[in-house]
Amino acid sequence: MNIVDRIGMEQVRKNIPAFKAGDTLRVHVKITEGDKERIQVFQGVCIKRVNRGIGSTFTVRKISNSIGVERIFSLHSPAVEKIEVLTIGRVRRAKLYYLRNLHGKAARIREKRIA
Amino acid sequence: MIKGILGKKLGMTQIYAADGRRVPVTVVEAGPCVVLQKKTVESDGYNAVQLGFAPKAAHRVNKPEMGHFKKAGKGAFAHLKEFRVKDIDGINVGDEVTCADMFQIGDIVDITGTSKGKGYQGVMKRWNFAGGRSSHGSKFHRAPGAIGCSAWPSRVFKGKKMAGQMGNERVTTQNLAIVDVRPEQNLLLIKGAVPGSRNSVVTIRPGVKLPTE
Repeated sequence: MNIVDRIGMEQVRKNIPAFKAGDTLRVHVKITEGDKERIQVFQGVCIKRVNRGIGSTFTVRKISNSIGVERIFSLHSPAVEKIEVLTIGRVRRAKLYYLRNLHGKAARIREKRIA
Repeated sequence: MIKGILGKKLGMTQIYAADGRRVPVTVVEAGPCVVLQKKTVESDGYNAVQLGFAPKAAHRVNKPEMGHFKKAGKGAFAHLKEFRVKDIDGINVGDEVTCADMFQIGDIVDITGTSKGKGYQGVMKRWNFAGGRSSHGSKFHRAPGAIGCSAWPSRVFKGKKMAGQMGNERVTTQNLAIVDVRPEQNLLLIKGAVPGSRNSVVTIRPGVKLPTE
């Protein structure tokens, strides 16, 4: 591995749960306002993951007050305190962009039964 | 004290600040360099040192060069560069200088390198001309347009922006901050982009636009 990749790998976090597009997540984000720090929770469906080593990101979509909100998180960012996987979704795509055109009942994702 | 060093650009990556911000960094392997020659006010009219960077195989060095390298006795080097110094006392030929000697986290530096060559380019890529529209009967697409007046001055002004070689020239990027110094690997992590391709040689100097004390 070259030196540049190794510098990235130093910052890779080990405590990330396994999750994929379609899973419902609770993301705990650290927010600093002035000198106060608090944790904000963003809950929604993961619609994509981008795997780029230290630059990896994932996108979470939720419906907030009937408006769709998407937020992109850096997977290895120290601001992401914790990622909880609530349900594992059964989907047939890696990128769930089609959810943006659906709402209500049609935008549901079937849950995967774990044996 | 020598302020300035030669290095090799290794590539770019990103690191996270404590608050979660992503900081783009260029990784530069800076030094170790060896002082090959001292220039003093008495002998040359100014104070400077010549540094050598990156070892070179002895069979690739010609005899006059080898004679120069032998004075330092630290082997041959592929890249040589002169750096002005204020105070030459205490510096000896053969001294080794490393990036950790002269730079700390937070320092502002200027970096000089040879930019990536882009070949012979038109005015749209080289000078950001707008060009013309591509459709609706237009026959004016990527051309530069008029390049001057008529009877007066009857010539094209010097420096007129026209098509030509782009890149592969000496470029200095100023006011780059040092994000991290790793003395054990001779690495500098520098915020932002640095001229040149990977594995190209760059010169790192303290920023000239720093506020003077």
